[in-house]
Amino acid sequence: MNESPKIEDIEAKPDNAIIKIIDLHKWFGDFHVLKDINLEVKPQERIVVCGPSGSGKSTMIRCINRLEEHQRGQIIVDGVELSNNLKNIEKIREEVGMVFQHFNLFPHLTILENLTLGPIWVKKVPRHEAEELAMYYLEKVQIAEQAKKFPGQLSGGQQQRVAIARSLCMKPKVMLFDEPTSALDPEMVKEVLDVMISLAHEGMTMIVVTHEMGFAKSVAHRVMFMDEGRIVETNTPDNFFDHPEHERTQLFLSQILH
Amino acid sequence: MAVIIHTEEHVNLKPPTSTTGIIGWVRANLCNTWYNSLFSLLIIYILWQVMAPFINWALINANWTSSGAECHQSGGACWSIIHANIRFILFGFYPPPEQWRPLTAMIILFSLLIASRNRNWWSKNLLYTWLAGLIIMGLLMKGGLFGLTSIESDQWGGLPLTLMLSVFGLAAAYPLGVALALGRQSRLPVIKSLTVIYIEMIRGVPLISLLFMSAIIFPLFLPEGITINKILRAQVAIIMFTAAYVAEVVRGGLQAMPKGQYEAADSLGLNYFQTMRLIILPQALKIVIPPTVSVLISAFKDTSLVVIIALYDVLKTTQSTLSNPQWMGFSTEAYLFVGMIYFVCCYFMSTWSRRLEIELHTGR
Ligand SMILES: Nc1ncnc2c1ncn2[C@@H]1O[C@H](COP(=O)(O)OP(=O)(O)OP(=O)(O)O)[C@@H](O)[C@H]1O
Ligand SMILES: [Mg+2]
Repeated sequence: MNESPKIEDIEAKPDNAIIKIIDLHKWFGDFHVLKDINLEVKPQERIVVCGPSGSGKSTMIRCINRLEEHQRGQIIVDGVELSNNLKNIEKIREEVGMVFQHFNLFPHLTILENLTLGPIWVKKVPRHEAEELAMYYLEKVQIAEQAKKFPGQLSGGQQQRVAIARSLCMKPKVMLFDEPTSALDPEMVKEVLDVMISLAHEGMTMIVVTHEMGFAKSVAHRVMFMDEGRIVETNTPDNFFDHPEHERTQLFLSQILH
Repeated sequence: MAVIIHTEEHVNLKPPTSTTGIIGWVRANLCNTWYNSLFSLLIIYILWQVMAPFINWALINANWTSSGAECHQSGGACWSIIHANIRFILFGFYPPPEQWRPLTAMIILFSLLIASRNRNWWSKNLLYTWLAGLIIMGLLMKGGLFGLTSIESDQWGGLPLTLMLSVFGLAAAYPLGVALALGRQSRLPVIKSLTVIYIEMIRGVPLISLLFMSAIIFPLFLPEGITINKILRAQVAIIMFTAAYVAEVVRGGLQAMPKGQYEAADSLGLNYFQTMRLIILPQALKIVIPPTVSVLISAFKDTSLVVIIALYDVLKTTQSTLSNPQWMGFSTEAYLFVGMIYFVCCYFMSTWSRRLEIELHTGR
């Protein structure tokens, strides 16, 4: 997979990164969570991020759509730099979709309303168009028949698929996933991963924080290992799993792969 | 299949009589244990001791039509105090020939309130109907147009005044309270501290003192020649007071909202106002319906405090009839009557809020 011509295409084009993170630092109070993060993501590239709990994976991807504010360095998404400028933040949020560990659906709205909310209010799409769009994506994640239900009436796996569809309705250029399957019962993990895999095949740019190593092996172009706020190693999945360069990566892999 | 056929005859059997009907209910709920039976008997005994004399007084020995003098002779309740004085109790000093006007206004108000109970009817049209209704009610009360004689607001009184103070008071205090709660959560320090000061100051003083201030102190600060209607001033005091309490209740709801809801809204690109209006407030306000209704109910009852600035609300008009020598001494009957009026209104609010809660429930 990682030696398919697709990747070479991506890597061949210089400096067309859709996400560029340069020398990023972040502190929570005195606590230095992110240290010197540098990352470039090309369009259609898929990156899996893993690392021990507390290593700053969530914080890093949350910085990309400004759910967390960074204190040093630059984050540039599709040519727009994240700063305190609200216009820029809005622009970037429109282009970056995010899927959370705990789904974060809006419980007082039906599934359909959850999906149409963004298009109608942010993109000013007429309601009927937004509903068509929503139904299209609901069919894609295979829960169109639940459109009139409320989130509380769906299973965890179904809710997470709705959450993915909700992000897709904004037609984002990049999707961020923060441990999308780790709050799910084991039997529901696959249905969510399947949706993500089909998304990958359609060429979506994705950054996925996950410990699903099977997913990383089959879908990722690059696997990134973080520890104590640093990117310790970035590698192709094959090298990452078979010949990890760093000791800490080896240790981590031996722990999670048993 | 065969099994089902065999059991079919059992399906429609009636449950044993001892578990249904009145006897079954009494057994299950009043006498299921020996101490429960004892309690039931005790309570029935107490009820008998209390209720029997009351029913005797209120219904059996009651005087329904006799004059005050005759009432004084008998030991029963004297309900005639109510209908002999009903016009004054309900309308205060509003000129009697014109009293059809506040009556019509109240009927309009009640129809609107009842129509608004049904959430399926909530629409732009209902809003316009309300606006039209408010204008007509104002016109009826005030007059001065279309051949209606003008009635100054110092002659307004009784039930219309109570209803006006409470309906407008609650209707205005609620959105103001929500705004204050949002202000208190604001990240802008100026807005935050101003709302905190406001809320804490208002909550630190009793309503009576606010009413006094509005009636006596506030006019001193107005420039010469400018007066603001006394009812309006009391109305503003009630709104300001209630809003502070609503704000604190709503703040509780806002704090109960999980962070994930804000994050999901942010990551969709919704701005602050959209997030609040579409995501946070609908959920937060729903959570706090029960405490909000408590605040509103107590605010409704607190409108009776306007008596201390000499406004004749329905409690004051009732009290005034008792100073008439003919009706002196029948305060129990009179106060039971106003009590009923207050009770009906509060009961309306609380059943409506319970219904609203059920309708808004979405399964989580
Ligand atoms: N809002 C916050 N305030 C202070 N510290 C925080 C905050 N959020 C996270 N942290 C701390 O920052 C560190 C990194 O957190 P982060 O959530 O990014 O880790 P993670 O790699 O995603 O871990 P996990 O696998 O458990 O999700 C942790 O030590 C955490 O305690
Ligand atoms: Mg995390």
